[in-house]
Order: sequence, then structure tokens, then C-alpha cells
Amino acid sequence: MDSVRSDTAPVPQALKILVAGGFGAGKTTLVGAVSEIAPLRTEEVLTTAGVGTDDTTGVATKTTTTVAMDFGRITINPSLVLYLFGTPGQNRFWFLWDELATGALGAVVLADTRRLADSFAAIDYFEQRNTPFVIAVNCFDNDQRYTAEQVREALDVDGHVPVLLTDARDRMSVKNVLITLVEHVLTMVRSTVPA
Amino acid sequence: MSTDPLDGVEEGPAWWDHEAGPVVRPYMVTGGRVRPTTVDFDLITYLVATATLAADTPSPEHQAILALTQEPRAVAEVASRVDLPLGVVRVLLCDLLSDGLIARYDPPSTDHLPNVETLQAVIHGLRAL
Ligand SMILES: Nc1nc2c(ncn2[C@@H]2O[C@H](COP(=O)(O)OP(=O)(O)OP(=O)(O)O)[C@@H](O)[C@H]2O)c(=O)[nH]1
Ligand SMILES: [Mg+2]
Repeated sequence: MDSVRSDTAPVPQALKILVAGGFGAGKTTLVGAVSEIAPLRTEEVLTTAGVGTDDTTGVATKTTTTVAMDFGRITINPSLVLYLFGTPGQNRFWFLWDELATGALGAVVLADTRRLADSFAAIDYFEQRNTPFVIAVNCFDNDQRYTAEQVREALDVDGHVPVLLTDARDRMSVKNVLITLVEHVLTMVRSTVPA
Repeated sequence: MSTDPLDGVEEGPAWWDHEAGPVVRPYMVTGGRVRPTTVDFDLITYLVATATLAADTPSPEHQAILALTQEPRAVAEVASRVDLPLGVVRVLLCDLLSDGLIARYDPPSTDHLPNVETLQAVIHGLRAL
């Protein structure tokens, strides 16, 4: 069990949370809102796969994207550390996800209400892998509010998947997203462990 | 369509763009090796140097990693702080491991979610942030 390892090793127990979502959905912003953020370069870019597949339709203010992953660290206590990894938004880096998702505690899928369909791929991915996830609806357009229920319907996710309205720039809001995710995982763990 | 990094290297300039950053120099650090030969390292595998700076440490990059890991650090942190791509860092870590200069501590098996106590501690810690 986990506890054996963390009792014997002179290192903290590390947990990994992924932050996924379409191009420009606010992943970097979310990771930066709750942790000191640092870029993490990957060299897996050495591939010609998917060149020219970035779809920037509707993201008028966004001109560049990076191949670096976002990486943040939250020290819960000296023996427990949470690592946040922002998955690359571009479709051509899809293959990086498997490594990121392996052993992850769960995932936050950021949905941009202007381009909801961009989050389908991430939702499908985590559903297939049985990775616990929550959907954080990033409300870019303050005039056009959707309810969480409307978004849930549009995304067609299972009733047990938490859907919350978020502002990725706001620390309290992002904290709340992470707490909701871990509570969701806790519910799943409890329901699989016989009482 | 292959994800083998070597393919791209041989094909010339088409595989990188301005977003990719400097890629060639880091691989010179590893002597052209693009992947670890023996073991792989998870992003959250912890590393701890078992020696202080060895005089015969192979390169400044190896030394930088040894200096960083005087306290426990995850692979992702090491890569981020030495500002080298992950693949390069993994190769260097393999060197340090086989030279006995570093110890690794892997995260628990990936098919188990953490236990209830751990999850509660995380929730508690997040609330207190
Ligand atoms: N109004 C508003 N703007 C936001 C919010 N979150 C992010 N932004 C802005 O949206 C833009 C894109 O956010 P990023 O965090 O860079 O998005 P990303 O998902 O990391 O983008 P890629 O990594 O390129 O896929 C930035 O200019 C942010 O300041 C939000 O919750 N509300
Ligand atoms: Mg980003």
C-alpha cells in the first residue's frame, strides 16, 4: 500500500493532478492561480505529427501557444505534495497525455463556453481511462452566463461528474475546483472500499 | 507517422519550429542519446543525491542535478529548474543512477487511488491554502 512506501522513503508522497482543455481554455492561468508555476519543456516535439492541425477559430486574442507543459507545485504538508500539470492545448501533442495521465489522482477539464466542443476530446479521454475528473466552466464572456446544468447537458457527461462555473484567474475559485475534484475522488474511493 | 525522436532529427529542420526552443544543444549534453537506456522516470518520481558533489561528475549538467537533489525533488522539478527538456534530464538521471550518485523513489503503483486519509489531508490542506 501507499503508506508503506511513504513511511519508509525519506521523500514526500507526491500526487498528480492534470489540467486539460482546449486551446486557450485557461489551463496555464488556472495552474498559476494556485501554485508557483514553472514551464516544463518536453522534447517530444521532435515529431512531424499533426503539423497544421491547430484550430484557432474563435480565439481572436490568442496568437501563440507553447509546447511546454505547465507545472505547478502545492505543498500540502511536509510529507504530501500536489503537482499540477497543464496538458498541452494543441491537438498535435495529444500523445503526451498518456504519460501525464498515468498514475494521476484526477483531472480538471476546462471548458470554454464559447467553444464547448473543444473539451469533448479531454472528456472522452478521461472517461475511457477511468480517471476521475471535474469540469470547470471558464466563463470568459461575462454577459453570456450559462448555468452549470446547461453546460452539463451540452457536454452530455454523467450525472456524478461535478460541473462548476469557474474563473481560472481567481485563486479561491481554483482552490474550490481542486477541492471539488479531490472530494469527488474521495467519494469514488469510499464507494469501492467495503465498509 | 512516428513518434521516435530520432526520425525527426534525421529529417532535418521540418520537425521543429520557434516554439520548440533550443533542442540540439541539450542533446549534445547527453552525447546524442535521446532516451534512457535502462529505466524510465515518472514525472513525480523523487530523486535524492546520495553524494555531495563528486569531483568526477561527468558534466556541469550532471552537477547541476546533483546540487538540486541535495534535497528531495521530483523529476519534473529537476527538469524545470535545470531548464532542460524532460528527455534530456531522464538520460542524465540514468547516468547518475548507474554511477550510484542518486537514489530514486517511485510513486505508489498507478492502479490504486490514494487512501481516504491521504485524500482528506489533501482537502484539508487545500482549504487552508
Ligand atoms: N475572462 C477570463 N479570461 C481568462 C480566464 N482564464 C484565462 N483567461 C485568459 O485567456 C487567455 C488564455 O488563457 P491561458 O491560461 O493561456 O490558456 P491555455 O489553456 O493555457 O492556452 P494554451 O496553453 O495555449 O492551450 C489568457 O489571456 C488569460 O488571461 C477566465 O477565467 N476568465
Ligand atoms: Mg497554456
